[in-house]
Amino acid sequence: MRKISTGNKAVAEAVALARPDVVAAYPITPQSDIVETIAEFVAAGKLDTKYIPVESEHSSMAACIGAGIAGARTFTATSSHGLTYMHEMTNWAAGARLPVVMANVNRSLAPGWNIWVEHSDAIQERDTGWLQIWVSTVQEAYDTTLMAFRIAEHNDVLLPVMINLDGFTLSHIMQPLDTVEPGDFIPPIHLPDPVDPAHPAGYGTIAGPADQFRFRYKMEQAMQDAKAVIAETEQDFARRFGRTYSAAEEYRAGDADVVVVALGTLGKEAEVAVDILRDEGIKAGSVRPRWFRPFPDLDLAGKELVVIDRDYSFGFGGVLAHEIRSKYLTKVFSVIAGLGGQEVTYDDIAEFVRKRRIGEEFWFGVSDHV
Amino acid sequence: MVVIAEIPSTEYVLNCTSACAGCGDSLALRYVLKAAGPDTILVMPAGCTAAFQGVYPKTAYALPVVNIAFAAAAASASGLSTFLRAKGKKTKVVVYAGDGATLDIGLSAVSGAFERRTDFLYVCYDNEAYGNTGMQRSGATPIGAKTTTTPAGKPEIKKDIDTIIAAHEPPYQATACAAYPQDLFRKVQKALTFEGPTFVHILTPCPPGWRYSAEKTVELGKLAVKSGIWALYERENGKLVISAPTKAAMKKPVPLEEYLAPQGRFKGIDSATVALLKGRIAENFRRLAAEEAGS
Repeated sequence: MRKISTGNKAVAEAVALARPDVVAAYPITPQSDIVETIAEFVAAGKLDTKYIPVESEHSSMAACIGAGIAGARTFTATSSHGLTYMHEMTNWAAGARLPVVMANVNRSLAPGWNIWVEHSDAIQERDTGWLQIWVSTVQEAYDTTLMAFRIAEHNDVLLPVMINLDGFTLSHIMQPLDTVEPGDFIPPIHLPDPVDPAHPAGYGTIAGPADQFRFRYKMEQAMQDAKAVIAETEQDFARRFGRTYSAAEEYRAGDADVVVVALGTLGKEAEVAVDILRDEGIKAGSVRPRWFRPFPDLDLAGKELVVIDRDYSFGFGGVLAHEIRSKYLTKVFSVIAGLGGQEVTYDDIAEFVRKRRIGEEFWFGVSDHV
Repeated sequence: MVVIAEIPSTEYVLNCTSACAGCGDSLALRYVLKAAGPDTILVMPAGCTAAFQGVYPKTAYALPVVNIAFAAAAASASGLSTFLRAKGKKTKVVVYAGDGATLDIGLSAVSGAFERRTDFLYVCYDNEAYGNTGMQRSGATPIGAKTTTTPAGKPEIKKDIDTIIAAHEPPYQATACAAYPQDLFRKVQKALTFEGPTFVHILTPCPPGWRYSAEKTVELGKLAVKSGIWALYERENGKLVISAPTKAAMKKPVPLEEYLAPQGRFKGIDSATVALLKGRIAENFRRLAAEEAGS
């Protein structure tokens, strides 16, 4: 069915189709109407889910973990300070190998007190063992949420998944949305060894150095195995529903000399910039990594790269730029843009490409040489 | 009244814990689990009890234990209990958390779970300090007690968690002491007959933390009750009943000095602080008696 939806509403509708056993949540702008919409579904009897209104994000993740250890399918959503407050428990969810699905509506961190889009919140969760994906349209938010449950709960993965959508620029904008009847696309959840009094065992018991080392190694193996599960899930989604996704979306990148790389809505905006540049005779293209963990295998050999970061690792640089630099040993023009909701248009992106200085870092709106 | 013969001989705390000699907490845990029985899941934040369960892949507890972060036990239990009830399961969910996890870092989650009417029993074992990390002061440390972070004696009074819990109007709450296992057993058993959130607060004397000789744990627990510094009662649907040992103490308390003297943590406590503690005991007795009388 075709309708008009915001990003937040699209996520909530997809979550309802996945029929989670437990949703535990705390409100935060600009995430709130994801869980408000789910609460409405539950109140109206459209969704047989236990909705736990917790007193903090630390507790929302803790409640998902508690239910998950008993074998439940769980969902929560958060943003910004909610995510950083939850950070202790995001580590716990991944380490306990629980397939929690969470929408994170990307937002800046205070101070200053800022509710607009920035990717720093999710980037700070980079090393927790969560799969992370960035979506760029309302449709993609919906489709990805459906896929996230199947990927997270796959026995080769069993890691939590964070779906990132840009605050306001995606969470609150209206776009066309084609909904689906998922049928058996998301199989029933079957977690190994749920807690059971008939089989006493310790969950999360003290583990010595050797065991902890093995647990960490297995998490990394699951991250690598997730790549195949993601690909298989995206292919099955395309077969059933006709929409194609991949670990990274390329746009006119094959023969390009210079490629813009960015996450989320900026990555989508870059496609317009590419068309403008192509009209000017600049052989530009764009690559938008959807998955950030596991990091996709990109074909960037021999190309100049303009990497836009909506985040920053202080004392080091833009995180995406540095990840690409270290993984592909390639030189990039690192653009820091869009922090705190700063407006970045496709014209701005085209200008980054025209005036790129490979090997340098440029703060849009602060540095003066572009 | 529970007689010893009614307490099951089944042990859920196996003979392989790494608890300290004379640990009041491990004594309390034995009776809590005996009262709860086999269809029980423990949710356990960081603390002594989590530490002495043993190291993966082994465990010293013959019940499933969900270990969880310090501040997260009540919320995790909320998720666990909500899901189990949704599946139609009656399995008892028991949080077993120390005073630091309950009174300090986890208080917000405790309050949230009680406000949401989580169907669980929350047990706080209270050794009046962060025992697992080396006896630092907690919100439960009494005034005058020396800890590694209050070497001159804690200047503040013990936080009154029972009144905080009472404000949440749980169907049942009780205080207990590791030195009174029958009373403890009965209260835990009773707590588990209620639907909704229940609370049992157990004083668990701690030889290294309180700095007394390990064989004196039961004696110290009894002195705590007999001196009145620890009062035993239960509150069922808002109605308070004072337990027999405390009734006796209210009539004829042993001098508080007999409780303080064997403990290194109170060494050198000044007379003004002792007087303050005595005043608080008298005031607590007066308050409990008035509540029980309904006046």
